[in-house]
Amino acid sequence: MTVYLVRRILQALLVVLAMSLIVFIGVYAIGDPVEILISPDADQIERERAVQALGLDLPLWQQYAVFLTKALQGDLGRSFVYNEPALKLILQRMPATLELAFGATIIALIIGLPLGLYAGLRPEGRFSRVIMAGSILGFSLPTFWVGLMLIMVFAVYLGWLPSTGRGDTGTLLGLQWSFLTWDGIRHMTMPAINLALFKISLVIRLTRAGVRETMLMDYVKFARAKGLSPARVTFVHVFKNILIPVVTVVGLELGSTIAFSVVTESVFAWPGMGKLIIDSINVLDRPVIVAYLMMIVLMFIAINLIVDLTYSMLDPRVRLESKGT
Amino acid sequence: MTAPTLEVRNLQTYFFTRAGVVKAVDGVSFSVGRGKVMGLVGESGSGKTVTGFSIIGLVDPPGRIAGGSILFQGRDLAKLSEEEMRDLRGNRIAMIFQDPMMTLNPVLRIDTQMIETVKAHKKVSTEEARQRARDTLGMVGIPSPDERLKAYPHQFSGGMRQRVAIAIALLHEPQLIVADEPTTALDVTIQGQILAEVQKLCATTGTSMIWITHDLSVVAGLADDIAVMYAGRIVEKGAVSEVLDKPLHPYTHGLIGSVPSRNKRGEALRQIPGMTPSLLNLPLGCAFRARCPRASEACIAEPIMAEILPGREARCIHPHLDASEAA
Repeated sequence: MTVYLVRRILQALLVVLAMSLIVFIGVYAIGDPVEILISPDADQIERERAVQALGLDLPLWQQYAVFLTKALQGDLGRSFVYNEPALKLILQRMPATLELAFGATIIALIIGLPLGLYAGLRPEGRFSRVIMAGSILGFSLPTFWVGLMLIMVFAVYLGWLPSTGRGDTGTLLGLQWSFLTWDGIRHMTMPAINLALFKISLVIRLTRAGVRETMLMDYVKFARAKGLSPARVTFVHVFKNILIPVVTVVGLELGSTIAFSVVTESVFAWPGMGKLIIDSINVLDRPVIVAYLMMIVLMFIAINLIVDLTYSMLDPRVRLESKGT
Repeated sequence: MTAPTLEVRNLQTYFFTRAGVVKAVDGVSFSVGRGKVMGLVGESGSGKTVTGFSIIGLVDPPGRIAGGSILFQGRDLAKLSEEEMRDLRGNRIAMIFQDPMMTLNPVLRIDTQMIETVKAHKKVSTEEARQRARDTLGMVGIPSPDERLKAYPHQFSGGMRQRVAIAIALLHEPQLIVADEPTTALDVTIQGQILAEVQKLCATTGTSMIWITHDLSVVAGLADDIAVMYAGRIVEKGAVSEVLDKPLHPYTHGLIGSVPSRNKRGEALRQIPGMTPSLLNLPLGCAFRARCPRASEACIAEPIMAEILPGREARCIHPHLDASEAA
């Protein structure tokens, strides 16, 4: 187990290294941030001073070497735009995005699992057909449009929920969280539902497919032949078997929501990381982009590890051992 | 003679599909006495498994029991509610499935799967249930049952898994066990062990058994009576020794002839020509007519099940009566 974990962490570090190199070169290839950052009126001397201050006068490999040395000391560089440490910028925005993503995932599971289960157990039922048709909508409606509609209905016409910002926040572990205050939760509701919509559909479809497949298995028939109650058959024998694909997909989805919930964050003016990264890309703020993507890689690796650990809990046939060489 | 444990009368189990009504079981009657083993033999698709599922009340839609009765200790199972049926399942009537690799839930421990069965029918503490599970595992010949209870199914071999499944079936000392080809997926040696075990259990506990199989050699060694099914109907039944020695129905005759060990070395293996007819589209009259070497014009009329010799019934107009013709 320990060997397994150490191996996974080493792999993670390699991926992060490769990632930083690719992003570094990629951003360099896109364009010269100096053109965007410095006003066109600036003269040659001012220009050169700025270039030197940002370290952009060095050749690319030297810039990368400098970055890497500093990164090993925990310094991922300063933002060209805000002149603040990139990591600090990202961490400031992180709680907003994290709570939104987790909120959306929890909503997706709470709504998606029961509906999927129902649709799987009664595939021919009328309500099941309604669920499945609804899930197609959840899949295909564009997020930004749904977001705007939510704002129009619940914020403008009905006036029930606020449409922008995080609202009041409470402090936990030195970070600001919206879910700790009632006002914050009210602010979070709409963006979380907007993000959850696609995930609900995904969970419904996965659960339904899993249930339909599992119901045909001999062990389900055998469980019924043992005289178990239908509830026991469904919630113990079937449910535990379908959780494996659901956990995988929800884990990956959680990762991509944290990393790329740009659209929803923009629509609801939610001050999360998604907005930060888009702004940074626009002005080629390389330290922020690189630091952000490295964080995201780490996060995906962490999520995958957690998913794998969950597997071994759900399925006894999965054993987390390093393959002997 | 006491009343039989199970008496099936004119059982009809139909599947109402879009393509039409499939009469998977069409007028099957037989009975099983206390402590007796009845072999239900037939090709794939002959309706033997559906008969088994009908008895235990697990025919899935679009199938349902369309007619007939299943008298179990005087109660008609076909008329019981799902709730009453569930009370009998795994308790008074148990079932063993064909593929031991598939019958145990892969993500639940053996003890979970056994204890839940005990508790489904008896109000006992988990500790007592575990005790019962352990004793039963020991009874079916699983070494160190205490340890094995904590294992997951994938840690067992196929033969061991089937023993676990049999142990689960035996937890409540049922009066009737429906065994659907339980040894087909196993090695011959394991098969022999399991058969011996089952035979011993039936003899000591007085449990009756329906042994569904396509393997005549298994039936020969194990069963008291035999019923041969073809296209949803029983075509011949009687005491196992008599039927196998001197089959009346041409189909039984052909089945016995198809057992490879009965052929001489170097000779082409004997077989029954043709295929089982589609249950959606049965030919008029005798269903076996098209494959039967003895068929005649008369077979267009539906043959009925008749007592052709004392204690021997067959559904045929031209039964093999002449001893010299025996396979």
